[in-house]
Amino acid sequence: MHIFAFYVLALLTVASALVVVTHRNPVVAAVALAFNLISIAGFYILLGAQFIGLLQVIVYAGAIMVLILFVIMLLNLAEEVGPHSAGTFQRVLAPAATLVFAVVLGRALWRTAPSSFPPPSEGFGTAASLGRELFTRYYYPFEVISLLLIVAMVGAVLLAKRKLT
Amino acid sequence: MDVTDVLISFAKIFVVFNALMGAVAFMTWVERRVSGIIQYRWGPNRVGPWGLLQPIADGIKFIQKKDIIPDDAYKPFYLAAPALAVVPALFAFVVIPFGPTVEILGRKVSLVILDMDGGVLWGFAATALGVYALVLAGWASRSKFSLMGGLRSSAQMISYELPLALSIVSVVLLAGTLRPTEIVAQQAGPIWNWYVFRGIPLLGFLLFTISGYAETNRVPFDLPEAEGELVAGYHTEYSGMRFAAFFMAEYVNMITSSALGVTLFLGGWQLGFPVPFEGWPLWILQILAFIGKLAFFQFLFVWVRWTLPRFRYDQLMNLGWKGLFPLSLVNLATTAVLVTLNFNVAR
Repeated sequence: MHIFAFYVLALLTVASALVVVTHRNPVVAAVALAFNLISIAGFYILLGAQFIGLLQVIVYAGAIMVLILFVIMLLNLAEEVGPHSAGTFQRVLAPAATLVFAVVLGRALWRTAPSSFPPPSEGFGTAASLGRELFTRYYYPFEVISLLLIVAMVGAVLLAKRKLT
Repeated sequence: MDVTDVLISFAKIFVVFNALMGAVAFMTWVERRVSGIIQYRWGPNRVGPWGLLQPIADGIKFIQKKDIIPDDAYKPFYLAAPALAVVPALFAFVVIPFGPTVEILGRKVSLVILDMDGGVLWGFAATALGVYALVLAGWASRSKFSLMGGLRSSAQMISYELPLALSIVSVVLLAGTLRPTEIVAQQAGPIWNWYVFRGIPLLGFLLFTISGYAETNRVPFDLPEAEGELVAGYHTEYSGMRFAAFFMAEYVNMITSSALGVTLFLGGWQLGFPVPFEGWPLWILQILAFIGKLAFFQFLFVWVRWTLPRFRYDQLMNLGWKGLFPLSLVNLATTAVLVTLNFNVAR
């Protein structure tokens, strides 16, 4: 059952990711990205982290992607016609970077993948257990990140405002 | 999990789905009758007794209509958008407990389709996805009115999701759980145990209701389909059954957001007063209590629609960002303090 759900989700994720990078229409690509993020939420839920899964849907698919879609529509981007001509620099670097990434990923998978994962412990992935971890073990990183987000937000408002009076 | 459990789940889904669809059909009639009464005219009263069969006549009419697809429309999204509007709204209802745990032939059956730990978030996630339908319908129609409607709906939904989410968070703070069935269980007993009266009484509930109106695109916040300026907004180019799907989605959304409000603030299926009997009579009374509260919310939606004028777009944004958002932050912070002081919390 789990394996079946995993393969369906994997297929959806990879297919939608391919649409994101190959489709010429920016709106279609954005919708495919939203779809991709929702399928990844499915993986979280499959792994027992349902709280993170639901947050993934709310925050990424429900808020951020809608904003991105909003911007794309406002700019009214036309469909891209004809391929971009890639420079020599790009032609050499892109495959090289991809190869390095593939090697790193493959090695990590080969070294660490266990034959079977132990089942998650009782209460794993619930809001309560996640909250306890965040506010005890990862307290300082958590606070630093929230500070960082506030700084980014204030910066964005400042940049968007033309006059500061 | 044996076969009986699966069958029970299917039975619950079947009952809830059909009840929702029936309620939607009934609501289209209620809306027009009540608007008739409010505007001192009759409303639909020709088909069947009191015009009650009007929704069926409407359905037959919608199916007969030609399905017009504009030449310029981006077909995949244009065709998918009406379905995308209905499905998330139905999804959200999955986590709403519509009755207590009842006993059928010696087997305990909890009257909720999916009793999950993050249920409140599930409901919120499903409603948050509903905006895609409006945005995509607006864009895929390739019409300036539709596009304007889609843009407005996305901006509006994002703006009002914040006060909505924050008002829900204040209830979650009080309840200490995200599981809807537990939140309802905590509101047992007398009526002042309901979360409307906890923390700062009424404020969270008011914020939730107002943002709920904006989230469901109902008057006074129905800017995405403001007919005075945008013809019909995001569904201008739709006809026949596809238009009817958007119409249905609006009503399902109303019912789901009301159900979420009832569950979080008005005690769900709790009666709020003691009764001298138990077992099936009590359970049926509790289910009826849930339906009654839902019906009150629905009537409020209709009442407000035919009483208030539509906001201007800048007024809508000002109210959202400068009125409701700070107020909901104050509500959340105060609730947090009250929870720490253990004042008016009572678990």
